[in-house]
Amino acid sequence: MTSLLKARDQAPSVAGQRRGPKLSRLLLHGVVIVIAFIWIVPTLGLLVNSFRPAEEVSRSGWWTALFPPWDFTLANYARVIDANDLGDSFINSLFITIPATIIPVMVAAFAAYAFAWMSFPYKNAIFVAIVGLLVIPLQSTLIPVLRLLASTGIAGEFLAVWLAHTGYGLPFAIYLLRNYMGGLPKEVFESAAIDGASPATAFFRLALPMSVPVIASLAIFQFLFVWNDLLVSLIYIGPTDPENLPMTVRVASLVSSIGGQTHILTAAAFLTMILPLSVFLLLQRYFVRGITGGAVKG
Amino acid sequence: MNDLVTAAIVVFGVPAVLVGYILLTERIIGALPEQRQGAIRPWFWIAPAVAFLVVFLIYPTINTFVLSFMDAQSKSFVGLDNYLWFIQDPGTIEALRNSLLWVVFMTGGVVGLGLLIAILVDRVRYEPVAKSVIFLPLAISFVAAGIIWNFMYGYQDPSRPQTGTLNAVIGIVGLGPVRWTQEEPFNNLSLIFIGVWMWTGFAMVILSAGLKGISPELLEAARVDGATEWQVFRGIIVPLLTPTIFVVATTIVITALKSFDIVFTVTNGNFGTDVIAREMWQQMFTPPGNFGRASAVAIVLLLAIIPFMLINIRRFREQEAIR
Repeated sequence: MTSLLKARDQAPSVAGQRRGPKLSRLLLHGVVIVIAFIWIVPTLGLLVNSFRPAEEVSRSGWWTALFPPWDFTLANYARVIDANDLGDSFINSLFITIPATIIPVMVAAFAAYAFAWMSFPYKNAIFVAIVGLLVIPLQSTLIPVLRLLASTGIAGEFLAVWLAHTGYGLPFAIYLLRNYMGGLPKEVFESAAIDGASPATAFFRLALPMSVPVIASLAIFQFLFVWNDLLVSLIYIGPTDPENLPMTVRVASLVSSIGGQTHILTAAAFLTMILPLSVFLLLQRYFVRGITGGAVKG
Repeated sequence: MNDLVTAAIVVFGVPAVLVGYILLTERIIGALPEQRQGAIRPWFWIAPAVAFLVVFLIYPTINTFVLSFMDAQSKSFVGLDNYLWFIQDPGTIEALRNSLLWVVFMTGGVVGLGLLIAILVDRVRYEPVAKSVIFLPLAISFVAAGIIWNFMYGYQDPSRPQTGTLNAVIGIVGLGPVRWTQEEPFNNLSLIFIGVWMWTGFAMVILSAGLKGISPELLEAARVDGATEWQVFRGIIVPLLTPTIFVVATTIVITALKSFDIVFTVTNGNFGTDVIAREMWQQMFTPPGNFGRASAVAIVLLLAIIPFMLINIRRFREQEAIR
């Protein structure tokens, strides 16, 4: 464990240590900054437009707002927040998204560990079949699954959406985790087994902690897919129990009810983006170099 | 249900059930004779995943497969009629061609840029900021992305000032304006670029996680021995990262094949930009709705992925062999 911590402490220095010649450093910064600039411009345009009066948005490009005379307004945001009880649906979104992230990640981790480090008949065939399921378009499962959920009476409950998102998220989660866990050093698990550790102990004490970077990324993606999902909630919760609907559905209905007024939507879009973005920033510190590297030596 | 109760279930109940499942099954397995434990255990570990997959993906897919041989209302058997329609209809052939364009350009763009960015930002001190910027589009819902790119690709009559960002930029050097999402050859590429913009962050995050998994000692050792950065990249980073690159590429190929939302929100498949997944949606949900044809389109999607699956199987075998 100490070597693991040490590897983490040393981590930042490795990235910064290597100073190439000045010119290539300059080129490096240049390329990174240009790509980052191209990537942020579309969203920046949306952000700027969300603070502009409606008639300005349709008359001139968003960049004109950056020069005086400034004409910014909070009216778009005020209208979005007034129009719908977004607070309740924000809580609903949390209640839907948190379990719909935890369940698939855990269930996938169990399976991935078995696929990576246990032997059983038809292991590869089953695994490839699971990966093959990635290709199934969500839309083609909606009707049979809705019939099933309705017949068990859980359609409309949060549970229905938790289970559905778990099912849809699992193929990718298993695929990603098995690949990463399969690449963990064999010696670690062999010596754990020799020391008498049960597979459950090896899983919770070794495999999971060593997979933290990939679990963090997986958790972020699953979180985002569920948070931004419209279709699954709309179909499995929508008709039965509208009180449980998440934010995306409320925002979408807002859009259709005020049809065509994109300046309102710009504000709504930003409100839905705030949380996923904070989650990403929060989890980013887990993307640390050298966690597995340190463990091999230990 | 009371919000506090729900919150408690969400935060404590769900993880407790999951961890409890493994601890409980380990108890049960522990009671078995020693030599049988190894044979039984894996099935308990994959059982929850398999159960979810059967209910939410496998059963509906079998359902879809059966429906693809039935008529529009799923009442009578029509044999291969729906598949014959697929290969004869000019609309579906165009959609198929466009989906191929998506697979080639989106996968190339996302994996190439994702790898480049993951490696470059690893060397700068403002890595978290740069990564957040590239990642940002993934946090945006498709409805919002549609609005954003309307501002980017916006077109006004040449006599009026351009409010679309791209047309305003090329207007500075006297070009355009261009109807980006409608004119050949820009239409499909413009839509695909939205996909690249959204998914590069995904590739970057996963490749970057893989990159962090490479032992820093190994890289330093190579550099101390006089390897150039290019040799380190070709000789160490790429081979060690290959499994991860494969995962990302496979996922993006599938995402490109399934791409629906961008086309749906920006052009709705008009102007020669239709793709397979949108065609399926159209068959299923445009009244009167043809479940037979929609299912056949879904099965064609499934078949299209088989070559990529075969490559994956081969790679898993190789990985097992070198272990």
